[in-house]
Amino acid sequence: MKWIGVALIASSLLLPPLIAGDFYINLASQILIAGIFALSLNLLVGFGGMTSLGHASYLGVAAYISALLTSRYGFGHGAAAIISIAGTTAMAACFGVIALRASGLGFLMITLALSQVLWGLAYRMSDVTNGDNGIAGLTRPMPFGISLESPASFYWFALIVASFALVMMAIFVSSAFGSSLKGVRDQPRRMAALGFNPWLIRWITFVYAGFWGGVSGLLYVYYNKYIHPTSLSTTSSAEALLGVIAGGSGTLGGPAVGAALVLLLKNYASAYIERWNMLLGLVFLFIVLVMPAGLVPGFSRLTAQLRRESR
Amino acid sequence: MQFWIIQGLNSLSLGGLLFLLSSGFSLIFGLMRLANLTHGAFFMLGTYLGATALRAYSSLNIWVAALGAGIAVAAIGGLFERLVLTRLKTNPLGQVLVTLGMSFIISDACLMLWGGDSIPVPTPQNLQAPTRVFGFVFPTYRLVLVGCAIGAAIMLYFLMERTRLGAMIRAGVDDRQMARAVGIPVSNLFTIVFCLGAGIAGAGGVLGGPILSAYPGLDADMLPLALIVVILGGIGSLLGAFIGSFIIGFIYTFGTALFPELAYIILFLPMIFVIAFRPQGLFGRVGA
Repeated sequence: MKWIGVALIASSLLLPPLIAGDFYINLASQILIAGIFALSLNLLVGFGGMTSLGHASYLGVAAYISALLTSRYGFGHGAAAIISIAGTTAMAACFGVIALRASGLGFLMITLALSQVLWGLAYRMSDVTNGDNGIAGLTRPMPFGISLESPASFYWFALIVASFALVMMAIFVSSAFGSSLKGVRDQPRRMAALGFNPWLIRWITFVYAGFWGGVSGLLYVYYNKYIHPTSLSTTSSAEALLGVIAGGSGTLGGPAVGAALVLLLKNYASAYIERWNMLLGLVFLFIVLVMPAGLVPGFSRLTAQLRRESR
Repeated sequence: MQFWIIQGLNSLSLGGLLFLLSSGFSLIFGLMRLANLTHGAFFMLGTYLGATALRAYSSLNIWVAALGAGIAVAAIGGLFERLVLTRLKTNPLGQVLVTLGMSFIISDACLMLWGGDSIPVPTPQNLQAPTRVFGFVFPTYRLVLVGCAIGAAIMLYFLMERTRLGAMIRAGVDDRQMARAVGIPVSNLFTIVFCLGAGIAGAGGVLGGPILSAYPGLDADMLPLALIVVILGGIGSLLGAFIGSFIIGFIYTFGTALFPELAYIILFLPMIFVIAFRPQGLFGRVGA
C-alpha cells in the first residue's frame, strides 16, 4: 500500500514536463523549491520543536550572495554556489548560537528579530543590495554544459536537487541522531540525564536546516533570475511556516504538500485578488483554529477511521 | 557638540516612543506568555486612525485623537482576544501564529483603506514652535513625547503596583494556577491586559505620527524594535521595557546618524550581548 503511494507520487513528479505546458512546468518547479524550503524549516519546527520565524534569512541570504557574486564580482556559478551555501551555513551556525540561548517563544522572537535585521539591511544597504529595486538580470548556471533556460530542463534540475534533499533529510531524521533530536524535543531533561547534549543536538539541526534553506535559496534565485528584499521578509518566513503547519509538522512529506498548497493558493489567488497578505492571514487563522495538526495527519486520521469502519 | 546634544534629544524622543510601543508588548507577554506579533500592526493602525482623524478635523487635539485611536485599537484587540486567542489557551504556538496572521490582515487592510502613499500627521500647532535647550533649537513636540512616555510609565507603574487590578495582574504573572484558585478571574485579566497593551500601542502610534508619519510597512519597522527592546530589557518587565527603550533609542539614533547603512546591525549588537551573558534580559526574572 505504501509503495503504491510512493510510486504514484514519483510518477506524478515525472509527469509535468511530459504533458503540461510551460506555465504548469514552472509552477511545478516553484513547488519543488518551496518544498525543499518547507522541509528544511520542518527539521526545526516539526522534529526539533523549535519554531523559527526567521527561516527566510537562509533562503534570502544564499540568494543574495549568489546574485552579488555572479552579477557584480564576476564569479562563476560553481564557485558562487559553494561560497553562498558555505556563507549561509556559517551564518546559520552564528544565528544558532544566539537563538538557542532561548527556547520556545524567546527562540521565535530572536529568530524573527534577526531575520528582520537582515531584511532591513537588504532594504537600506542599497549600494550593495540595490535596495528596493532588487538585483535583476541574473543568469542560470549551466551544470555540465547543459542549459537550464527552458522550463522543462530547469524542472529536471530542481527535481534532482529536491529528491536529493528529501533523501538527505529523511536519512537525517530517521538516523540515530534524528531519534535523539526527537527525544530532545519531547524530553530535554531526560535526554540530558541520559548523557546527551540537548544544546548541541539542537544547534546541529539548526545549522543543517540553514544549509538546506540555503540550497532552496540558490534554486530560488536561479529560477527567478531576480532577487528582492521581500524574499527576506516575515511574509516569506510565514508562508513557509504556514506550509509546514498546514501540511503537518513533524511528518516527512506533509510540509512539502503544505508548501505546494500555499504556493498554488498564492498563484491562483493573485490572479483574482490583490490582497495576498490578507488571505495568508486568514488562512493562518483558519488552519490554526480548525486544523491545528495539519492537513496530512488530519487526512491520515480520516483514512484510518474509514478503514476501521469498513473492517 | 551641537550634533551630540541634538541627536541625544532625538534618541530620548525615539526611546519614549519605543516605550509606548513595547510596554504593552511586555505586559501582554508577562501575563499571557504570548508573543503578540500583532503589536506592530496595532501601532500602525493607531497611526493611520490618528492621521485620518487629525486631517479630517483640523481643530482636533492630538491628545484626543490619541485617546480615541487608543480606545478603538483596544476594542479591536479585545475582540481578537475574546474571539480567537481564548480558543487557543492550550496551544501557545497556535496563539503566536494567529497573532502573526492577524498582523498580516491588519496591515493589508490598512494598505487597502489608506493606499500606498505615506500620510503625514500634522504636529499640533501649539507645539510647533521650537524650544531652546541649552541654547540649541529643538522641536518642542519631541520633548513633549518624552514627557508622555515618562507619564505613561508612571501611570503604568501605579496601575501595576498600587491598585487592586495591578495586584491581581501581578499575581497572575507569578502563578496563574494559584491566582485562579484564590478566585482571581484570570481570563478576564487576559482580556483587560490585552486591551490595555493594544490601546497603548494604538495611542503611541498616533503620538509617534508627527515624527514617523503613517506608511505601509510601519508595522514591520516597529515590530523588530519592540522585540529587541523586550529581549534586551527582560520579557514582562516594565522597568526593563523602559530602560531598554531608551537604550535602543540611543543606539538606533546614533547608529543611523553615524553609520546610516549599518544601523540595523548596530541595533542588534546589544541584543546579542544581553542574550549571551544574561538570557533573561537586563531586568527579567524568568527566561523566555
